[in-house]
Amino acid sequence: MKRGLVIIGGGPAGLAAAIKASESGADDILIIERDKSLGGILNQCIHNGFGLHRFKEELSGPEYAGRFIKMLESTSVSVMTDTMVLDVTGDKKVVCVSAEHGYMEIEAGAIVLAMGCRERTRGAIGIPGDRPSGVFTAGTAQRYLNLEGYMCGRRVVILGSGDIGLIMARRMSLEGAKVLACVEVMPYSGGLMRNIVQCLEDFDIPLYLSHTVTDVVSENGRVSRITVQKVDDKRMPIKGTEMHFDCDTLLLSVGLIPENELTKAAGIEIDPRTNGAIVSENMETSIPGVFASGNVVHVHDLVDYVSMESERAGQAAAEYLKNPSEVSCALEIKNGASVTYTVPKRIKNTEKPVGVFFRVNRIFEKSAIRVTAGDEILVSYPRAHMAPGEMEKITLTSETLKKAQRKSIVISCEEAN
Amino acid sequence: MKNLICIVCPRGCRLAVDEENGCAVSGNQCQRGAEYGKNEILNPVRTLTTTVRIESKIMKLCPVRTEKPIPKAKMFDAVKALNAISLKAPVQTGDVAFENILSTGVNVIVTRDISE
Repeated sequence: MKRGLVIIGGGPAGLAAAIKASESGADDILIIERDKSLGGILNQCIHNGFGLHRFKEELSGPEYAGRFIKMLESTSVSVMTDTMVLDVTGDKKVVCVSAEHGYMEIEAGAIVLAMGCRERTRGAIGIPGDRPSGVFTAGTAQRYLNLEGYMCGRRVVILGSGDIGLIMARRMSLEGAKVLACVEVMPYSGGLMRNIVQCLEDFDIPLYLSHTVTDVVSENGRVSRITVQKVDDKRMPIKGTEMHFDCDTLLLSVGLIPENELTKAAGIEIDPRTNGAIVSENMETSIPGVFASGNVVHVHDLVDYVSMESERAGQAAAEYLKNPSEVSCALEIKNGASVTYTVPKRIKNTEKPVGVFFRVNRIFEKSAIRVTAGDEILVSYPRAHMAPGEMEKITLTSETLKKAQRKSIVISCEEAN
Repeated sequence: MKNLICIVCPRGCRLAVDEENGCAVSGNQCQRGAEYGKNEILNPVRTLTTTVRIESKIMKLCPVRTEKPIPKAKMFDAVKALNAISLKAPVQTGDVAFENILSTGVNVIVTRDISE
């Protein structure tokens, strides 16, 4: 089977890419989604706070997805749900399987990778202790509670202060559970401040910063007690600081990893800083005609930005289909002081403004983001506050990009006087 | 003076609310932050999001939310009231699932289309 554009994943990234590609003149677009319906993880994110940038109103996850699904219905994009992609090859062949259609090989003109990310598990962080039932990732508990209708615990400790963990602290509390503590190994929270306020403080749930779980004790195969200890500045537990919580459930909100098995199998270059594909400003990967966007590239805080980034990918895929050409990289963006990663990492076209997402590696109060080429400061952006949990975004103008006059620019952050 | 973190949007502005001066707000970057700061002292409200049961071929639960924020103190009772009802598919986003919850004057609305 031959198709124009194949989009892998029908969550917010895939939906926005498909709609934009269709608007940009691509026809013969196919979305492949492994779940039974479109919308991705938004379907279980029943809380509000989505769409403030995009729609200027505060929507719940299903409402946000619903808006895009409605828009998709007015296009000619076709959708295969309940279909799993098994392999993507470097020459743009997509191998997938479904109960309805069996095994399929699709030759794609262009591909958008929009597989999203998945949660780190207990195994990924090596929590000591018994291995009973009652240890869940926060997202699993969220799916059980919000989609399947199962309450997975009554007395809960949450490890990690990522947004999903915070949201679940509130959700479990509202449904009658007692959330005893939220424990964070870092000296600052990994989630948005607003979620600390409305998910923990509203429910009098204590947040223990610079603490971690050091033991899990079970009784009859179920979690019965959790030990929490303070950690030193090397994140090692400090003796004598043990606290014990009698509980039946431990939820983990300890980070997300872009889901890139297909990307790696295709031989696409991966950025070790993000665990996602290295992309240029039009979201093209190291294989021409293969694009990637959303949480499969880097983990976002806000779905609004996932949509925005995916529209870039959709538009670029449509342009590639019209004119399949290979454009070389004009400029590379490098991490400077206190910058963990940037997306994009490469810039091909310096004629248009380029939006750059990045994260800082520590908390900043009054500070400045600097873009430099060699010794020259090209541009500087003031900030009142920056934190690793909050993605930063700057727009580099064409003038700035042209001023660079070298092969690379550096983005760095420092305190302002 | 009370220090708050604004929860209106993900920016998380650090607000200072002067209770002795008619709850004047500083530190906000938009008008909605000023409103939030004042309300948070005088009458804290939250949008409630939860689920209700639904008779459907495909879903067990239907996501819902209050159309407007309701008093923070009423959230638990509102969830209790919503756990006692059941909807019947089809429902559409925006349909009223529960009218005037706990006499707040606020309706609870469906947030997902469930077709069958």
